[in-house]
Amino acid sequence: MNMIRKLKVVKYALIGAALSFSAQVQAGDTIKVGVLHSLSGTMAISESTLKDTVLMMIDEQNKAGGVMGKQLEAVVVDPASNWPLFAEKTRELISKKKVDVIFGCWTSVSRKSVLPVLEELNGLLFYPVQYEGEESSKNVFYTGAAPNQQAIPAVDYLMNDLEVERWVLAGTDYVYPRTTNKILEAYLKAKGVKSKDIMINYTPFGHSDWQSIVSDIKKFGSRGKKTAVVSTINGDANVPFYKELGNQGITADNIPVVAFSVGEEELSGIDTKPLVGHLAAWNYFMSVDADVNNEFIKSWQKFVKNKKRVSNDPMEATYIGFKMWVKAVEKAGTTDTDAVEKAMIGIAVPNLTGGIATMMPNHHLTKPVLIGEIQEDGQFEVVWKTNGTVVGDAWSDFLPGSKDLISDWRAPLACGNYNVKTGKCSGQNF
Amino acid sequence: MVKLLQQYFQRDRGGNSMLGILLFISVMVPVLNLVVPESSVFHVSTYTVTLIGKYLTFALLALAVDLIWGYCGIMSLGHGAFFALGGYAMGMYLMRQIGDRGVYGNPELPDFMVFLNWSELPWYWSGFDMFWFAMLMVIVVPGLLAFVFGWLAFRSRVTGVYLSIITQALTYALMLAFFRNEMGFGGNNGLTDFKDILGYSLQSDFTRASLFAASAIILALAYLLSRYIINSKLGRVVVAIRDAEDRTRFIAYRVEYYKLWLFVVSAILAGMAGALYVPQVGIINPGEFSPLNSIELVIWVAIGGRGTLYGAVAGAVLVNFSKTWFTGILPEGWIFALGALFVVVTIYLPRGLVGIMNRKQAAQT
Amino acid sequence: MASGLILLQGACAKQEPKMNQSSAANQISSGILYASRALLLLLTGLIVAWIFTSTALADEVGFEQAVQQLTTRKFRDKEKAVKQLADIQDKRTLPVLQALLDARLYYRKSDKRVVIVVPIDGQYQLSDPLNGEQLGTAAKRQLKKIGINNKLRKLLKAKLASLSLESPDVEVRLAAVEQMLGHLDEAQADYITRLAEQEQDEDVRDAMGSALALHQLEHGSDEQRLQAISLLSGNLSQVVNNHLQALLEKNEQGEFLETNTTLRKAASRALDLISSRLQINSIIETTFFGLSLGSVLLLAAIGLAITFGVMGVINMAHGELIMLGAYTTYLVQSAMPNYTDLSLIVAVPAAFIVSGLFGIMIERFVIRHLYGRPLETLLATFGVSLILQQLVRTVISAQNVAVSNPSWMSGSWQINAALSLTYNRLFIFIFAMVVFVALLLILKKTALGLQVRAVSQNRPMAQAMGIRSGWVDAMTFGLGSGVAGIAGVALSQLTNVGPNMGQAYIIDSFMVVVFGGVGNLWGTFVGALSLGAANKFIEPWSGAVLAKIIVLVFIIMFIQKYPRGLFPQKGRSAEN
Repeated sequence: MNMIRKLKVVKYALIGAALSFSAQVQAGDTIKVGVLHSLSGTMAISESTLKDTVLMMIDEQNKAGGVMGKQLEAVVVDPASNWPLFAEKTRELISKKKVDVIFGCWTSVSRKSVLPVLEELNGLLFYPVQYEGEESSKNVFYTGAAPNQQAIPAVDYLMNDLEVERWVLAGTDYVYPRTTNKILEAYLKAKGVKSKDIMINYTPFGHSDWQSIVSDIKKFGSRGKKTAVVSTINGDANVPFYKELGNQGITADNIPVVAFSVGEEELSGIDTKPLVGHLAAWNYFMSVDADVNNEFIKSWQKFVKNKKRVSNDPMEATYIGFKMWVKAVEKAGTTDTDAVEKAMIGIAVPNLTGGIATMMPNHHLTKPVLIGEIQEDGQFEVVWKTNGTVVGDAWSDFLPGSKDLISDWRAPLACGNYNVKTGKCSGQNF
Repeated sequence: MVKLLQQYFQRDRGGNSMLGILLFISVMVPVLNLVVPESSVFHVSTYTVTLIGKYLTFALLALAVDLIWGYCGIMSLGHGAFFALGGYAMGMYLMRQIGDRGVYGNPELPDFMVFLNWSELPWYWSGFDMFWFAMLMVIVVPGLLAFVFGWLAFRSRVTGVYLSIITQALTYALMLAFFRNEMGFGGNNGLTDFKDILGYSLQSDFTRASLFAASAIILALAYLLSRYIINSKLGRVVVAIRDAEDRTRFIAYRVEYYKLWLFVVSAILAGMAGALYVPQVGIINPGEFSPLNSIELVIWVAIGGRGTLYGAVAGAVLVNFSKTWFTGILPEGWIFALGALFVVVTIYLPRGLVGIMNRKQAAQT
Repeated sequence: MASGLILLQGACAKQEPKMNQSSAANQISSGILYASRALLLLLTGLIVAWIFTSTALADEVGFEQAVQQLTTRKFRDKEKAVKQLADIQDKRTLPVLQALLDARLYYRKSDKRVVIVVPIDGQYQLSDPLNGEQLGTAAKRQLKKIGINNKLRKLLKAKLASLSLESPDVEVRLAAVEQMLGHLDEAQADYITRLAEQEQDEDVRDAMGSALALHQLEHGSDEQRLQAISLLSGNLSQVVNNHLQALLEKNEQGEFLETNTTLRKAASRALDLISSRLQINSIIETTFFGLSLGSVLLLAAIGLAITFGVMGVINMAHGELIMLGAYTTYLVQSAMPNYTDLSLIVAVPAAFIVSGLFGIMIERFVIRHLYGRPLETLLATFGVSLILQQLVRTVISAQNVAVSNPSWMSGSWQINAALSLTYNRLFIFIFAMVVFVALLLILKKTALGLQVRAVSQNRPMAQAMGIRSGWVDAMTFGLGSGVAGIAGVALSQLTNVGPNMGQAYIIDSFMVVVFGGVGNLWGTFVGALSLGAANKFIEPWSGAVLAKIIVLVFIIMFIQKYPRGLFPQKGRSAEN
């Protein structure tokens, strides 16, 4: 008797787990769309919005008759801001829930975690956030900006329009700021900026005490040359950073800050009065006056039942990715990964700023680059934009390691990192 | 002799049944995964294999914590650090195995070093291309850290809450350190995109099943080792220390040595758990050092029932299973359930789930 | 008030035309002005009227055109318009430019008429910048804001500065001079020279002196330049520093650009003095940064010093109680949107009550069952912290919320040109001290404090003396939690308010309490301030991340050497 009872404890734990997980494949008449965004933990702040965006897109698509006559079904999971869990949930989505496509991830590390699983199981991921580049996978479509679609145009703007000569590159210590700053440093030096006119600073995640750094920036910026801060500071650290800037009297007209990770959503958590005039570079702003954008915002606010909710760039990237996927599936006539992948290249859909986004052979998009100034109401006013669109560059030309690499997924090359010097295509997992 | 052995095994029925299950699944799960065709109801999917494999490594980690907390009263809130260090040692080996198959095709440097313009491999990466060396490091690095840390702490009689808090500071400091890209461990992204282990592709079902079996067997062996330790004379002294440290000291036991020894063993077990974890989940990053993880794993032990080694194993598996389950069915509300579980178990089930069983048992006899 | 200010500025702008224009009329009028300040108001009225009727008719058209020009979408054209406006020398220029800078200049969508707006109750009250005529109210969507960019903003500030050199407000004058420091043209220099002669305020006169000296340094004879250097010696302004530094610069062949050796020597002497003064300033600054960080740590940790130090409960939900305090601030602020300045003061007691009540609930429902098992309180309260976080995420939002700084906590206190202390940090430091003293008094001087200490020292004996220990536990825990809530109010002024904010402080708080010595408020005080200062003094040479690691390692080593912290509790109770 005792034996049996004790057995139960362990049995529930081990066998119970095993049994309930044995695959139960259900054949349905729907197309399953996986949503892999953190709903809890530190990234929930940013990612939960994208989950809602995907749900809204699915809802609208279903109302419009679905895809190929089939309804779409969302499969939402919570990877809880835990990077290994992203990989596990991806495997669950693909092999257990049998989804046909996944929309998900925000941080680079989550994408890196998911990547081997996608390549092994031949899944399909749409990644909607601006990132550091240096990647091109067969199974991933990058609908956010690469550094040449955000960072470099922003620096060009500062250099040419605001005549900035001294640069502070401030970032959170992780791979996106590191890579972006490496690229920018090389770019600035190529433009003749001297080392003593560049100050680079890294801070930990969630850094909240900016007194010394802001004071250093202030000193650095008062040497008589026009100075700007290029900020790749991530998420939570931005609020105390901007508050300190405001209080120490650094205003946009003496030292402008251009940020790559601060959008409408982040601003909605900040008191923006002291920030007016500081800049951000994105491929989309909520304030862009285009019919398609106004319609999108209207349906978004209706969907979340909140008239004050803002839209932002990763939402636009999700929107574009979703529309493209629908078009590609219809073009391919199937949801089969390989067929959709082939069909994706060259697909063009309208973006939300009144232009056209085209999927390039390197799985990156063409995007317009907009520079906006922060307004008192938490919106951006566009002060500069590129003529037409910029093609996303998977491999930066300004890094010694990647300047010889190109990516082209069309036959016959079909390689994400083809080295034009050695003629090799290394590290493919399929 | 046979009788003695029999008695020895009889005293720990929960443990025995657990060992039985472990041996059973270490054979059956790989067989059901590899041999039984996918269409069969008895087929175990690769997803399930890696999932349970992950639970088993967590169980090993919980076992390590229970060994010092349940039997010696040392509540370490930094055991995640030993786990992560073991994981990094394994991760470094796996990184070196990629060779020139990285995206940049550099035979020497891992990808993250290439695009951050590192010119050569840092000295502390040398040797990790050899499996035996990496495995040695899986044991030596956590062991050594535990030794130095424990030696300092136990000698100056840092106990109870204080010890818990400085172990937490330890793992926190390590987390911040590993987040730094200058450290040469890949910063926030950690180590990922592994290709193979000992020449076998990590993506093949065979390797996965083998890793699974290895996890189950090592967990079983670690269990036997832990049981041996606590049943030995040393184990008795350790329990005495837990119950009355001063008295044990007064009767001339060098309390700090006993504690230190057990702490080091526990850290090594945690390191091994980390080393088994990494190839199965495919990534190791500084998040594993997070103090919250370490607190959570103490909770697994509490839920299972501290001071009963198999309780810790059951607790780890159960909590992680319910996490997987809840995040699937209740993506928005699962944290409430988890939080409530922690509160209820600590208040009403001080001996954990094993405690309920024992109580019922006592009522019946 | 705002319109009053504009009127005042308008009044001073009336003097403007007389200073720079070369027309005889203006010189006469300025003569009158200098002669009798007492008649100022009366006379300016007359004079302005006279100017308008005679000379300014041509400008009138220009002014109107320039104002209308502002409605263009092109920033380059707006820039031209602003320059034109500033050159016209009209009393109406200043209010228009000021409104443009403050984003209060709009145009009506219907007729493109430019208006200055004052927001009242969600509506905008309009006035005509051309003649000051009130145009009634309009809804926001009927209007379009005239946007500006950074370049324009800078231009506007410069133009406004030269327009407000004669403002009756000392602060405005001072700011105006400082804005112009280092880039005066000949006319402006003459103008300032004249103003300096009759400037009453010493600070403004000094600033004007520096500005003129700097001008001389650029354009004067060697004699004048030498004089200027001696005047500027020891001046802490970075602009001055840059100009002096420029005198010592070498060209590519390694030759000095400045050929006059005496000048170079004087400049380097002046710079030496400046840099030694700057050094002192930077030490003061770093100390302040350290103390400020320390006061934040103190606020975060002091509630814990009570619940953990006095009661022995390891409350992992402490960070979430801080978060609840911050969210209370947010809710109070959204409940009284028009009283931001006041809301913070209301938020302090509100946050104390909210967090205190939550604390009492946690104590009654959870911790009460776990006394004597400190390590298990840790586990249970960890569960509570998860629940509280998710609660906020569900009830309010997963996104951060915006808490604005009241005006009295914005900006900084400029002590000298190189040293300024931000008001929010200053207030929080003072606030932390007040909270600390208050807590000390509560524990030392009140009946509750006595009972708390009695229970924490010997529970059975205290109960035997008739102390309701359960009640005392609840009150103590409520007090500690309430203080955490107050800390949340302060933190909401420094950092983001979101569901995860508590997590950032919990580990640091525990470190501070353990480092200081459990059960000792003074230990927490000294611990927090010294750790904050240590962090800030290490940061400049190690970077922010390493500084934090070094401090952590130091704490670990320290605890291992002194397991009971800086101020160990003495007596029997300390042994258990």
